[in-house]
This record gives sequence, structure tokens and C-alpha cells, in this order.
Amino acid sequence: MRSLTIISAIFVKDLRVEWRNRETLAAMCVFGLLVVFLFNFAFAPGREESLRLLPGLLWVSFAFAGIICFNRSFAVERENACLEGMALAAVDPGLIFVGKMLANLLFLGIAECVIVFAASLWYDFSFLPSLKWFALITFLCTTGYVAVGTMFGAVAANTHMREVMLPVLQFPVAVPVLIAGIEASTGALKGDPPATYLGWIKLAAGFAVIFTVLSYLLFEYVLEE
Amino acid sequence: MVSKYFGDLAALSGAHLRIEPGEAILLYGPNGAGKTTLLRLLASLDRPSEGRVLFGGKDIHRQAAKAAIGFASHATFLYGDLTVRENLKFFGRLFALPRLENRIAAALELFRLDDRARTPVYKLSRGMQQRVSLARVFLHEPQFLLLDEPFTGLDAATVAILETLLRQLPVEGKSVVFSTHDFERGAALARRLVALESGRIRYDGPLALVPRNLLPVTAEKPES
Repeated sequence: MRSLTIISAIFVKDLRVEWRNRETLAAMCVFGLLVVFLFNFAFAPGREESLRLLPGLLWVSFAFAGIICFNRSFAVERENACLEGMALAAVDPGLIFVGKMLANLLFLGIAECVIVFAASLWYDFSFLPSLKWFALITFLCTTGYVAVGTMFGAVAANTHMREVMLPVLQFPVAVPVLIAGIEASTGALKGDPPATYLGWIKLAAGFAVIFTVLSYLLFEYVLEE
Repeated sequence: MVSKYFGDLAALSGAHLRIEPGEAILLYGPNGAGKTTLLRLLASLDRPSEGRVLFGGKDIHRQAAKAAIGFASHATFLYGDLTVRENLKFFGRLFALPRLENRIAAALELFRLDDRARTPVYKLSRGMQQRVSLARVFLHEPQFLLLDEPFTGLDAATVAILETLLRQLPVEGKSVVFSTHDFERGAALARRLVALESGRIRYDGPLALVPRNLLPVTAEKPES
């Protein structure tokens, strides 16, 4: 019960901070939309072309929007050494990770909805026929990506070149889940039978579980460094 | 014996301290003497390079030990975008404090912050932020208080409140370790002095017995 109180305290705090300054979500959405918008000029929108390029394009914009999210998430904590303030509390460091991860998951989820909606308009592509599977794939891959991003966001926050260090540290680890996202999304958007991309979904689910648990266990050492 | 190194630099070398309940200890020394390093080790924010820090005979990094420690440092640990009340509520929830609203009201009143409770912290002056930081430290009624330059930026009225608290807490059996560059003010509040220089403890004992060569030039030797 106490764990839930702590997780919700951190989650609500992050939401409140974001509500007050509205910096993170705005930057994520603008950046993601810009990527989708600019690629609109690179190829002629049409169902075949969109099907071929849209999954990769979406995951590139999700990935970069995520980087902004993770950097901002810990920039707030760096100010006035707030992360140390949390470390001082008699709190399991893993719970701090879970609270921050949930907040980042919500922020990236909102940005993804905005980006997908804009992409469906600009590329004249309907996600509705495959929405159920596309939503599941996006949720699982985003969860894994956010787990890695939150962990490495905390690691990078302690370095001098933190804005540069985060993508350098995070992308190599996140590559499997991004590939799974692209491959499974392509299958789902094409309308292929789920069995053809189930392996990618399993990979994304496994990645999310493993990295969430690993990050939960290792966050104590990240806070101390 | 506890040591802390940052690369080749020994911020603290071979420090050995035993702090009893109800003690008020003044940490004194020039800049770079190791006061903040020692306080951070005692607060469990850093791990020593050598040696161990124990609380009640057990490792200080245990959650039970952390719950008994209150630490105010140069950084306020406050979120600028949250109001004063929201900051206190957040830290109170992390400590899972019972009767949190009552505690927050008491802390706000104690540090004369009632009229600023709804103000975002970033709008407050440095001195006001220090008051909120102190309110945060006292919120969970710690048994072991660590204060790094707590008087910095405070107005006279808040200094008086803090001085009263620092006199009262040891009487209640709580330990206080604080650093200040104002030797006379510190000496009036503490019974024991730990004098540091270049990362080493030069003196650890009653203030009344401090060798004159360790006293600052302007300071009178405290009365026993």
C-alpha cells in the first residue's frame, strides 16, 4: 500500500510540474509532428507508399519525441538536486523509477496519439481497421522504450554532456524494441494475420518486462552515482 | 575510519566520529575542509571510498536509517514549479507521514510561510526557499538532523526560530550536526566541536576545551 502511495506521489508530482510549465509535451508534439510533416514532402502520400514508409517514420518520430521526454524528465529533477531529495526519503529507489516511468509513459503516449492522428491526416491513411493491434504493439514497444529511456535518462542526468549522452547510451539498447515496433506495425497496418507478426509482439513484451524489472532493481545504483 | 576521494582528491581522510543521541555538534573549518562531504556521508547521499557509516550499529543506507535523518544542504531539494504546500505534501507522502495536513500546517506556521503556501517556489527569494527547505527537513520529525550552513540567507526572525530549535532538539534526545562559518553563533548552540581542515579532523571534543590555535582570530573561547 505504501509503495502505491509513493509511486502515485511521484507520478502526480510529474504531471503537476508538466501541467504548470507545459514544456515537455509541447516540445515532444512539435518535434514529432515536424518529422511527420517534413517526410510528407519526401514521398507522395498514397496507400502503398504510406504502408511501406509510415511504420518506420512513426517510430523514428516516437523515438525522438521520447528522447525529449526523458531528458526533460530528469532536467526537472536536476534543478535544486531534487533527485537527491527523493534519495534522502526512506523510499525504495525502484519505486522512484516506477513513478517516473509511468509519467513518461503517459507523456509519450499522448504525444504518440497526436503524431498518429496528424499522420493519418497528412498521409491520408486510416489506422482504424488495424487500430486494436496497432495500439497493442505501440503500447508494448513504448513501455519497453520508456523503461530503457527512464533508466538511461537518470544515468545521463549525472553526466556533463547529458543531452548528448542520453541518445548515445539509450539508442543501442533500444534498437531491438524499435525494430519490433516497426516490423509488427507494418504487419498490423497491412492487415496481415496477427500470427505473422506475433513473434515481434512477443519480443516487444519480453523486452518491456525484462527492462522494467532490470531498471527497477538497478535504479538504486543509478541514484547513488 | 571513513574516507572519501574524488579522483586523486581526498575530500575526507580517516574521519572517525561517534554521535550520541541528544548531541549538538558544530562542524567548523575553512572552505574545502570536508564539512559538506562529511555531512553528505552522514546523510547517506554518498558512499565512503573507505570505511563505513553506521546508524544504530547498522548500515546507514537502510530505509529505516534514512527515515530518521533530516538533511538541509546548499541545494533546497525543492521543485520550482510546485507551490510551497505541494512540495511539503510531496515529501510528506514519500515518508508516508500520518496526519500530513496537520504537520504541513505546523511546519508552515513554524517557519512563517502560511501566506506563501500557494506560491510556486521559483517565485520565492533565496531566503524564503531556505525556509521552505528547513520546513521540509522538520516535516518528518527526524531523530538525526544534519544542517549544512543552515543560517545562509535567513532573516533575523527565522534565524531566531532556528536557533531555538537547535537548542530544543538535543533536549528532546535528538542529535544535531550543523556547519557554519559563524563560529560564535555555532559555539553558542553546540557543546561539541568537530574542526576540519584539508579533509582531516583536527579536533573533536567539547567546545570549552578547544585549543586556542584552532579558534578563528575574532572568536572568544566559549565558556565551559
